[in-house]
This record gives sequence, C-alpha cells and structure tokens, in this order.
Amino acid sequence: MSTTAIPAGTKWWNGGRSPFNASYGKVMMWYFLMSDAFTFGAFLISYGTIRFSVNHWADPNHVFNAFPFAGHANLPLAFVSLMTFILIFSSVTMVLAVHEGHKMNRKGVEKYMVLTILGGLAFLSCQAWEWTHLITGDHAVLVNGQIEHWGTTVSKNPWGPEVMFNGQEVATPGPIAFGGYFFGITGFHGFHVFSGVVINIVMLIKTRLGHFDQRGHYEMIEKAGLYWHFVDLVWVFVFLCFYLV
Amino acid sequence: MSSHSSSSEITFHPDHSGGTSRIWKIFWVLSVLTIIELALGYFLYAKHGHLGYATVLSTKVIIGVLTLLKAYYIVSVFMHLGDEVRNMIMTIVVPLCLFIWFIIAFLWDGNSWKVLRNTNAGSRPNIEHVAPAAVEKGAKD
Repeated sequence: MSTTAIPAGTKWWNGGRSPFNASYGKVMMWYFLMSDAFTFGAFLISYGTIRFSVNHWADPNHVFNAFPFAGHANLPLAFVSLMTFILIFSSVTMVLAVHEGHKMNRKGVEKYMVLTILGGLAFLSCQAWEWTHLITGDHAVLVNGQIEHWGTTVSKNPWGPEVMFNGQEVATPGPIAFGGYFFGITGFHGFHVFSGVVINIVMLIKTRLGHFDQRGHYEMIEKAGLYWHFVDLVWVFVFLCFYLV
Repeated sequence: MSSHSSSSEITFHPDHSGGTSRIWKIFWVLSVLTIIELALGYFLYAKHGHLGYATVLSTKVIIGVLTLLKAYYIVSVFMHLGDEVRNMIMTIVVPLCLFIWFIIAFLWDGNSWKVLRNTNAGSRPNIEHVAPAAVEKGAKD
C-alpha cells in the first residue's frame, strides 16, 4: 500500500486539499458505482428470493449447455467460461491502458484502449448469440396434456420439472420468473457493457486528438477504467448467481 | 511520479512508476480462481443427484467465497481502491455491508414463502416431513 507515502502530520480536513486525496470526478465516480452496486444487488437478491420461494428452478447446466458451431453437443459451463475470460482479459487491457496513462504514453493508451473495446464487443457478440439461442430454441413442453415447443422468453419457461408422458420424460412449464430475471439482469448488465464500450470509444478518440496530453494527465482514462472494471465486477456475481449455483 | 499533476487538491500521488508485473499477477490469480469455480461447478453437474444436501450447499458456499475473493482483487488492484486513503476506502466499503443483512433477510423470506406455499400457509403439515399414514388418518377424521 502506498499509504506510507502520506507526509507526516497532514491535516486532511483543514481545507485547501481533498480529504480523500482524490479529484471531485473520481470520488463521484466511486459513489455512482456504489449506487449502481446497490441496484444490481437489489436485482440479484430479488432473483434469489424468488428462486428460494419455489420448489423447482431451472438447472443452469441444462439451460446453458450450448456452444456456437457445436450443434447439439452438451457443453455445460463452456460458453459462459469463454464470456468470463473475455471480460477478465478486457479488464486487464483496461488497467494496462490506465498504467500507460500514468506514464503519459499516448501510443500505449491507444493500443490498450483498442484492445479493451474489442474485448467489450466480443462479449456483447457472445451475449447476442446466447440470447438468440435461448429465445429461438425449441424444447418440448407438456402443456394441458399436449406437447408444445417453446423457446425461453420472459413469458415462457420450458425448464420445469419432468413428468412421464406416453412413456417418455417430458418437461412441464417452469416458474415464469426465470426468463424475466435472466433477461432482465443480463440485459441490464449487457447495457452497462454497451455503454462502457461507448465511453471507451469516446476516450480513445479524445486520446487520439491529444486532449489528455494538453491537459497534462490521463485521469479520464482512470475514471472510464473504474466504470469498465465495475462492469467486470458485476459479471463476476451474475456468473455466480445464474450459471454456477 | 513527475508529470502527474491532475489538480492542486491532491496531496500525494501513489507510486505508479513500477512495471506491469502486479497487473499480470492479479490476472493469473483471477484466472485460477475462475478455473477452480468452474471445476467445482462441473463437479456439482457431474455428480448431480448423487450428493447430499450438505455437500451441495458447502460446495456452493465455497464458490461464493471464491467469488468474493475475485471481487476483492478486482476492486483493490484493478480499480486501485487499495491505493486510496483509508477514509475514502471506508466510505465505499462500509455502506456495502448493508448487503449482509439484505441477503440474509431476503433469502430467509424467500424460503419462508416456500414453506407457507407447501403447507397452505401453515394450515397443514409439510408433506416432506410427515409420514403418509399420519396424513391419511387425519384426512379420515
């Protein structure tokens, strides 16, 4: 920790300096992220409450077992691992961009911002594929004594308990909340990723135009980086709540 | 740290002159933690239906603890919160402690909701825990 670098006898609250040793913008970014953490937390806890209140919930290993170009192969956890590693890696390139910014190295910032943006776009593409696969998927469901074919949407959940029908095991409709929570929370997270990509593109343009060199510091890259890491942080919990447990 | 002069109210700047080795180290830590989580998740999948309630629950708790560890590394190192002054860290971290109450209270409530649903709001015993004969005897009366 660099807290040892504080000059001895510093009076933090005497005025003339930031008591938090940070600029206004950075402190406010932290408070925005804290409030956003409560929003995501409320969503995830609401999801957990509903999940605890029903006797049967969709098994993520059955719902999310597909991989692009793999046909009907049963690959639980595979695709979501790819998405997780894409996001972790784009977080690393973001922190490297911040690092280059501290060294006032414009070329380095540009390089790592481009990589971060590409990582964000790759993640969004993965999510688009996953949503399409779930919504257009085709699963036999026993509804009122007849077999229907359902995809997973906010109003249809084909992942309910299985029953015997004409000598075959067939699923029944599951709790309707599953699709709403899944698409709602991953959609809200995906929108954060999207806005993070937009912010990063703006930062890349401002870097290329030399705005930060003129200003004498790259603190805007740090603030954009805080937002981007927060998006990764939320994904860690979405990954836990929807795919792992 | 020479040219890093963002504004006059900043008293001191953390030392950013070091290399990127710490960043890459945390990348590997996060990757390994994720792989352990995936291995535990796959264990739950492969042994589905063959594990006791306590084993499943404790595995899920371990996965949750690993997730919190990942969150700590992301916030502390990637977001550089660990390099801020203590007062700043406290104003961010202490309010988040509300989540401890939040999670316990709401999941408890969800579970209570399930018990009420299964017992018709407590008016009949939970079938899972009562012998079938006793239920039939009660039904005849």
